Amino acid sequence: MTGPKLLSRRKADRIDELAQGGTSLAKDALRRMASNPVAILGACIIAAFVLLAIFAPLLAPKDPFIPYPELQAQLTPTNIPGPMPGFLLGSDQNGYDFFSRLLAGARQTLIVGVGATIIGVTIGMIIGGLAGAFGGWVDTVLMRFTDILLSIPSLLLAISIAALFASGNQWTVIIAVAMVCVPVFARLLRGSMIAQRSSDHVLAATALGVRRRTIVFRHMLPNSVGPVIVQATLTLATAIIDAAALSFLGLGDTDWRRAEWGLMLGNSQDLLSVKPELAFYPAIAIIIVALGFTLLGESMREALDPKNRR
Amino acid sequence: MLQLRMARTRRVALIGLAGALAVSVSACASERDDQGGGGGNEDTLVFGAAGEPKNFDPIFNDDGETFRPIRQMYETLITYKPGSAELEEGLATKWTPSDDGKTWTFELREGVKFHDGTDFNAEAVCFNFDRWHNMPGAAAQSQMIYYGDVFEGFAKNEGDAGGEPVYKSCEAPDPNTAVLHLNKAKGAFPDAFGLTSLSISSPKALQEYKADEVTQSGDSFSYPAYANEHPTGTGPYKFEKYDKAAGTITLVRNDDYWGEAAKLSRIIFRIIPDETSRKQELISGKIDGYDLPNPADYQALREAGNQVLVRPVFNILYLGINQKNTPELKDERVRKAIEYAINKEQLAKNKLPEGATPRDQFVPKETIGYTDKVEKHQYNPQRAKDLLAEAGATNLNLKFYVPTEVSRPYMPDPVELGGAIADNLKAVGINVELVQRPWNGGFKDDVQKAGKQDLHLLGWTGDYGDPGNFIGTFFGREKPEFGFDNPAIFSALSNADSQVDKAAKATEYEKAVVEISKYVPAVPLTSSPPAIVVGGNIQGVVPSPLTDERFAGVTKSQQG
Amino acid sequence: MLRFIVRRLLQAIPTLLVLSILVFAWLRSLPGGPASALLGDKATPEKIAELNAVLGLDQPIFVQYFKFLGRILTGDFGSSLISGDSVLAEIGRAFPATIELSLAALFLAIVFGIPLGYLAARFHGRFLDNATVVTTLVGVAVPVFFLGFLLKYVFAQQLAILPPSGRQDVLIDATRITGFATLDGLLTGELDATWDAMLHLLLPAIALASIPFAVIVRITRASVLDVTGEDFVRTAESKGLTAPVIRRRHVLRNALLPVSTTIGLQTGLLLAGAVLTEKVFVWGGVGSLLEQGIERRDYPRLQALILLAALVYVLVNLLVDISYAIIDPRVRVR
Repeated sequence: MTGPKLLSRRKADRIDELAQGGTSLAKDALRRMASNPVAILGACIIAAFVLLAIFAPLLAPKDPFIPYPELQAQLTPTNIPGPMPGFLLGSDQNGYDFFSRLLAGARQTLIVGVGATIIGVTIGMIIGGLAGAFGGWVDTVLMRFTDILLSIPSLLLAISIAALFASGNQWTVIIAVAMVCVPVFARLLRGSMIAQRSSDHVLAATALGVRRRTIVFRHMLPNSVGPVIVQATLTLATAIIDAAALSFLGLGDTDWRRAEWGLMLGNSQDLLSVKPELAFYPAIAIIIVALGFTLLGESMREALDPKNRR
Repeated sequence: MLQLRMARTRRVALIGLAGALAVSVSACASERDDQGGGGGNEDTLVFGAAGEPKNFDPIFNDDGETFRPIRQMYETLITYKPGSAELEEGLATKWTPSDDGKTWTFELREGVKFHDGTDFNAEAVCFNFDRWHNMPGAAAQSQMIYYGDVFEGFAKNEGDAGGEPVYKSCEAPDPNTAVLHLNKAKGAFPDAFGLTSLSISSPKALQEYKADEVTQSGDSFSYPAYANEHPTGTGPYKFEKYDKAAGTITLVRNDDYWGEAAKLSRIIFRIIPDETSRKQELISGKIDGYDLPNPADYQALREAGNQVLVRPVFNILYLGINQKNTPELKDERVRKAIEYAINKEQLAKNKLPEGATPRDQFVPKETIGYTDKVEKHQYNPQRAKDLLAEAGATNLNLKFYVPTEVSRPYMPDPVELGGAIADNLKAVGINVELVQRPWNGGFKDDVQKAGKQDLHLLGWTGDYGDPGNFIGTFFGREKPEFGFDNPAIFSALSNADSQVDKAAKATEYEKAVVEISKYVPAVPLTSSPPAIVVGGNIQGVVPSPLTDERFAGVTKSQQG
Repeated sequence: MLRFIVRRLLQAIPTLLVLSILVFAWLRSLPGGPASALLGDKATPEKIAELNAVLGLDQPIFVQYFKFLGRILTGDFGSSLISGDSVLAEIGRAFPATIELSLAALFLAIVFGIPLGYLAARFHGRFLDNATVVTTLVGVAVPVFFLGFLLKYVFAQQLAILPPSGRQDVLIDATRITGFATLDGLLTGELDATWDAMLHLLLPAIALASIPFAVIVRITRASVLDVTGEDFVRTAESKGLTAPVIRRRHVLRNALLPVSTTIGLQTGLLLAGAVLTEKVFVWGGVGSLLEQGIERRDYPRLQALILLAALVYVLVNLLVDISYAIIDPRVRVR
C-alpha cells in the first residue's frame, strides 16, 4: 500500500511515470506502432480528419455560411427540409446546407482542438520547464500552483474558466479547454527534466562546464518530447469533447454561424423530434475523431511504456 | 380516498418487489404505469414548471413561473375574461371612475373569505393598498416592480428612483364599497387593477407572518414567512407546501371558495428546468402539461396525443435602432431602408412558431390604437438599396446587439433570429457586426443604459390591454435605447395617455401610431403567439393572451 | 505535532483569502450583475441603479469586499437570485442527490468493470479481449451528455420504459429523512418509493458510469496481465496450485490494488461528469445548481459553490498532510 495520497498527487505520480521515457524510446516506439493495427486505424482517422479540415472549402458543394432560398422556402420550426437535389443532407435549422456545414465543421473543430492543445502545451511546458530547470523555490511555487489546478476535475475547471467570460466565443472555449491541460503538461515536463537532471549525459555535460541554458535546451528538452507528444495526442481527444460539453452547457462559442461540431450538436439538441440528424451526425463525427486520437495516443503510450519492451 | 390509493399502490409494489429480482425492469415500470401513471391520480393536475418561483407574495414578483401558482391562489379586484385581455368582474363586481379619473369606486363581492377564514371586505382591500403604499424599506420597494410601474412612488420613497406616488388614500364607507383616491388620472387604469401583482391578500395573514419584512441577504433578498410558507388569498386553491428538495409546489382545493369550486382536488407544479425533459415527461404521461413548449416540438407533441393550445398573441418583437452613434441613422430614409430590407414574412415562417405574424406597427390588434393607416414598408430589397444610395449611406457599418441565454415567446431563439436579420441586411449592402451579449450579463445594460448599439433585437409582452403599455414604454421619452429626441412623438403619446374618455383615447393613440410609423424609430418585426401544452385528457385550460391561465375549471379524464 | 497542524492551518488562510479576492473580483467585474438579474424583464437602467444603491453595489469596491468577507466569515453566503432561498440551504438540499448519483454510477462501474476487465485479461488477445478494448475506447470518446441524451431518447421517449427525468415520481408522497431517495424508502418501509427512486436512478447512473467503467476495465485488464507475469504467480503454478485458486488468491487480489487507486481517482471525475448528467436528467443535485447558476447568472450561488469547493479542497489537503505527518514523522520537520 502506498498510503493515503491526495488525488492531485496520484495524478501527478502517474504523469511523472509517463515522463520517464526518452527519445530513443520514442523512436523505438514508432517502429513498434507501425505494426500495430490499432495505431494505424487511429492514424488513418486522424489523417482523414486533418485532410478534410484543410480541404473542406474545396470539398463542400455549397457555401456553408449563407442561407439558401430553396431551403428557406420549406423551412419552418417543425419542418426542416431533408435531402433534395443539390443539398445532400438537406437544410439545417437556419436554411444553410447541412452537408457543407458538416464538412466545414472539421476545420473549426480541428482549430479548437489544436488551438487549445497548443496553448495548453506551451504554457504547461514553460511552467514545467522553468520548474524542472531551476528547481528550488521556483519549482515549489509553480508546482503548488499546478497541483491546485490538477486537483480540480478538468471539466469543472473548464466550466469555471468559460464562465469567467461575460460571453462565449471561439477563444473563450479554446482558453478554457487549454487551461485544463496546462498543469498536466507542466507536471509532465518537470518530471521528465528532473529525471534527466541526474541522468548520465546531463551530469557529464554539467561536469564539462556546459552552461545551464545550453544543457536545458540542447539536452533536456529534446529528450522530453516523446511523452509530451503522447499526452498531446490524448489531450486533443478530450479537448474536442470538452469543447462540445461547454457548448452543451451554453458556455461555448455563441456564434452559431461558425460551423463547429460541438456547437452544431449543442444547438441542435432540442431538434431531436424534428430532424435528429442535425444532432446525431456532428455527435458521430466528434466520437470518431475523438476515438482516432485516443487510439493513436493509447497505442503510443503503450509503445512507450518500458514494461512493454520486455 | 387518497390515502387508500397510496396504501394499495404500496402493497402492490411491495409484492412486486418481493419477486422483483427476477422481474425485468420494463415489466415493473409498466405495472407502475397502471397504478399511478398517465399523469398520475385523476384528481391531481401535475404541471411542469420551467423554473422555481421566487416566493408567493404577489406584490414582490414579476415573472411567469412565480405568477402561475399565485394565479391559482389569489384573485384581483378586476380580472380578465378567460382567453382575452378584456376586463371582467373579479373580487369587485363593479368599478366606476370619477369624471376626472382620480377616484375609483369598487363595489365588492359579498360572502368571500380568505383561506384563513377571515372575511374579504372593503377594509381588507384598503389594508392591501395601504400596505403597498406604506411599504417600508428600500429592499421591499425595489422588488415591487409592477406596483412601482403603475403607482410610481411610495408614501416614503426609500430607494433612489421613486417618484410622486399616484396613490393617495383608500376609504371603506361600507363593507362592500372601497373608494380609491389617486393624485392623478392614469391611462393604465382600470386595466392595471387586474395585474396579478395587485392580488388581494388576507390582512390577518399579512400581519401574522410579517409580510413586509424583506431583508437584504448578500447580493439578494430574503423574504418573510408570509411570502414563503403562508400565502393567503381568496382563490380556488390553497397553498399546501413547497418541497424544495423535490422541486414541487402542492396546492389543494379551497372548499370554501365563493364561486364554483375547483374541479380537481390538487395541483402539483413540478419544476423541470430542461426543455427536452418537460417534453418527454409529458409524452410519457408523468406530467399533464407545461408552458411555452419549443415551437419545434409542436408537431411531435400533437402526434403523441397532446393539445398544443396557442394563445392569442400579445407581444411584439422589434429591431431597435439607436440614432446616437452613427449619424446616417438619423436619416429617416436609412431607417426606412432597414425596414424594407427585412423579410418579416420569411422570418415568421422559418424561425417562429405557427401563428406568428409579421407586424407593421407596435400596438397589438387587440388593443385600441391599432390602425390600418400606418405607413407600411414591406419587404423590398431593391427599394432599400435605392433609399440607401439616395441617402448616401452605401457603406454603412452597424453594430447589431443580440441577446444570448434568453428565450422569450416573441423570440424563442434570439441569436438565430438576429442572424437571419443580419443576412437580410447584408443582402442590401449593409455591413453588420453581430455583437452577442448574455441577457442578464450585459445585454440590457449595454443596450438600454449605455446605448452602445446601432441596432438591437428586443421585444415586449403586454401586461394589460392598454397601448401605453407598448408604445408609451418604448417611445414615451428620450431613451438611450433609441437615442432620438422627437418632441412631436413624445407629446402625442402623453396626450393620448391622459385621455379619460375611451373613444378620444383611441383616436389620439391612432394618431401617435401613424406618427411613429412614419418616423421609424425602430422596426416592428413580428408577433409570436406563445403556447401552452396539455395532455389529451385535460379539458378546461383556456389559453390567455396575458398568460393568465386559471386552472380551477380544469378537468382530467382517465386516459385510455 | 500540534505546532505542525497550527502552522498548516495558518498556511491555508492566505490561500483562501486570495481565492476570496479572486472570486469577488471576478463576480464584480462581470457585466449585468445581481440587480438586472433580480429585476428580470422589466429592468430599466433607473431601476437597476436604484437597486444597486439598495444592495450597496455603488459603494467603493474595497468596502464591498470587506462586507462580503465579513459575511462569509460568519457563514452567510447570501440568498440565491433565482429562488430567493439561502444558498447554503440550497446546497445542503442538493448534496444528497449528487452523492446518491455518484455512488450509483461508481457502483455500476465497479460491478461491471472489474469482472469484464478480468475476463478480458484472461482471454488476452482473443475476441472478447479485443471487443472489450474497443468498447472502452469508444466509451471514453462518447461525450457524457450525448450518451445521456441517447439513453433518454431510447428508453424514456421511444420505449417509454424508464422515467425521463427527476429523482422520484411526484405522486409518490415519500417521507424524507436523509435526502437519499433510495435509502429513505427503505428506512420508512415505503418500498415503492425506493423502487421508483431506483428506476429514476438507472439511466443517469449508466450515463455517468460510462467513463469510470471504461477506465476501470482497462486498468483491471492491464493490472491482471501484469500480475499474471509476476514471479509469485509462477511460483504458485510450480507449486501445483489449481488455476482457479491461483486466479482468486494471487492474481485477482494483487491486481486489485492499482484498481482501487484508480477508483479513488475517478471520484473527482464523477463530480465533474455529474454537472452534465444532472442537466440532462434534471437531477436536482449540486451539478444542477451549478448549471442553473451559470445559465441564469446567479452570482451568489456560484460564489458560494466555488468558495465551498475550495474550502473542502483545502481541508482535505490538510487532513491528508496531517495523516502523513502522523505516519511519517519526517514530514513534520519539512
